[in-house]
Amino acid sequence: MLWSALSLTLGYNATLVTLGATLLGIATGISGTFLYLRKNALISDAISHATLPGLGAAFLLMTTAGLDGRSLFGLLGGSAISAALGLMIVTWLTTKTRLSQDAAIGSVLSVFFAFGVVLLTVIQAIPAGRQAGLETFLLGSTAGMLFNDAVLILVLGAITTAILLLFRRSIIVVSFDAHYAQTLGISPQKIDYLVLAVALAVTVIGMKIVGLILIVALLIIAPVAARFWSEKSNTILLISGIFGGLSGYIGTAISATAPGLPTGPIIVLCSFILFLISFLLAPRRGILASARAFLVFQTTVHMTQGLLSIAQNQPIYEPKTKRLLQRGGFVRADGVATQAGHALAAKTLLNERRWTYWRSKMRQTGALDEPIVYSLVNIETKLTQDQIKSIDQGLSLQQQDKL
Amino acid sequence: MGSDFITLSLTPLLIGICASMACALPGNFLLLRKQALIGDAISHVVLPGIVVAFLFTGQVSTWPMMIGAAVAAIIAVLLIEFICRVGKIESGAAMGVIFTSMFAGGVLLLEQSDTSQVHLDVEHALFGNLESLIWLDAEGWASFFDLNALAGLPLELVRMMTVLLVIVIFIYIFWRPLALICFDEPYARTRGIAATALGFALVTLTAIAAVAAFDAVGSIIVIAMIICPPAAARLMVNSLRSQVIYSQVLAVIATVVGYILAGYAPLWLGFSNTLSAAGMIATMSGVFLAFAALFGPHRRRNI
Repeated sequence: MLWSALSLTLGYNATLVTLGATLLGIATGISGTFLYLRKNALISDAISHATLPGLGAAFLLMTTAGLDGRSLFGLLGGSAISAALGLMIVTWLTTKTRLSQDAAIGSVLSVFFAFGVVLLTVIQAIPAGRQAGLETFLLGSTAGMLFNDAVLILVLGAITTAILLLFRRSIIVVSFDAHYAQTLGISPQKIDYLVLAVALAVTVIGMKIVGLILIVALLIIAPVAARFWSEKSNTILLISGIFGGLSGYIGTAISATAPGLPTGPIIVLCSFILFLISFLLAPRRGILASARAFLVFQTTVHMTQGLLSIAQNQPIYEPKTKRLLQRGGFVRADGVATQAGHALAAKTLLNERRWTYWRSKMRQTGALDEPIVYSLVNIETKLTQDQIKSIDQGLSLQQQDKL
Repeated sequence: MGSDFITLSLTPLLIGICASMACALPGNFLLLRKQALIGDAISHVVLPGIVVAFLFTGQVSTWPMMIGAAVAAIIAVLLIEFICRVGKIESGAAMGVIFTSMFAGGVLLLEQSDTSQVHLDVEHALFGNLESLIWLDAEGWASFFDLNALAGLPLELVRMMTVLLVIVIFIYIFWRPLALICFDEPYARTRGIAATALGFALVTLTAIAAVAAFDAVGSIIVIAMIICPPAAARLMVNSLRSQVIYSQVLAVIATVVGYILAGYAPLWLGFSNTLSAAGMIATMSGVFLAFAALFGPHRRRNI
């Protein structure tokens, strides 16, 4: 069952929905990355909740005009308009009043959503509204999707992804350095609006599949997960798109296998699992890698301190340092340094003296700006042979002065 | 104002007022600490907490669900903090990851478990059931002095009043340190105030208010009330004390006006149905915020 869902042989509609969800996942993954890089991650929460009154109003308008109120195109159009209004209000509140962005987002999302709920109760009161099924837009529903709806979602998903890829370069530049972008003649504000417009479009498209409450998850989780794997924007974008697409694809397939597996939540949980994997296992940024790096650092500090103490004939009291030195064979069980210990200690002390001399006499501003703890780093890996030679000459001159 | 009003509308109105006040009080401080969206996160994670509590006890009983919701809220806050610090992700994004995933988990649990026997669904979680909290034993104003009738008061009212009282007492006791951590946290730390603990206590308090209010009025009111009245008050006045007082007044007015509009306005217009009271109350708080943002004397940033 799951296999046939994954291999797209479960029937025509299920296949369309799966493809639609996959495309939606890719589009949300990519546009969400831009929002995340511009520190706008939660603005999508306001956008998605602000769709509800537009949905209700569109239904009421279409019904009053004698049309079919359930036309997906009309409903999505209404949602897009009210979401855009909500977005404008968030921007206006943030720039023109002294409210911070989070307060603006929170107030718009709760008030718009509340007004949408009021409209839903109005709709339930009219005869046509009882079977409108507008509640399905809250949590998404792919069960009764019509062929035309699936095609609409496919086409819109493809268009938004294409727009994003078209403007990829300028958006990346703006995301990382808005000032630099301006010197290139790219207007950061315009790009911001473009990304928000795409996020809005994606939100509206995703309402039918994932539901407006959970669409924000797709715009946030995949980008955050992708961020763990790379420092390069292009790679993050690619991974985020892949994660989003995978979640959409696998999630829809799983939810097609049995009743009681709602599509939206399953897709969200799939992307959450991808996030967990990234959070734990990603090289350099994942938890395990960070923990390992910390342990290595700790060991290096203990070893260096211990070896410096040996070199200067000072006793070592710290138990962990003792243990590490013994294990490395630099100190005997009675605390006396071995041959190897003395050799390495002399090296460590020389390294320390060279660094001290370099920092006091030769360091120029801007040289070696990386945040390193000098004593823990072998100077020969950081400076050239010539520099070290002149440091050693300086050190020997110092020695002669002392004598 | 006949006995009808007391039976059908007085208790929902009182519950709504207490809920709004209880949410708006800590909201004032969250707003100043730029944590306004914590309310949003909390009200989303309440759902899985309630569902898990229901699965454990097998019945819709108040206390297990309250405890489950509170535990879920606290777990969510801790997780957000953890992901933020360990994963080096900005807090907004960390919040987004955690609360949406927990909400999705809650919905999935709901769909998987057999809750057809009981009144527990996502829509209830969002919209509450304010209109149904009626006082059946009331016969008129005299019922307030009738012990038998008082025993029939909706439990939610007693609970909401207790929570409101707890929050008022907490804020009264910790007023000065709270004000300090809102305006100048580093300085507060130098004065020996445990800012982290106090901040966490504030979030916990918000969670308690949200959970207690949630059952009666749904999560929409909770988010709206945590943010809108304090935000409107912030645009109107410039001192913390007046801001808190104004926010409380606005919360009460929004609740009363919203409730009346939802319950009676359709009847005045000749319709027979009522509108969602929770939605209307939250909408009213938004209307007040809109006025404050347009005309509030302190709406602009002080340059």
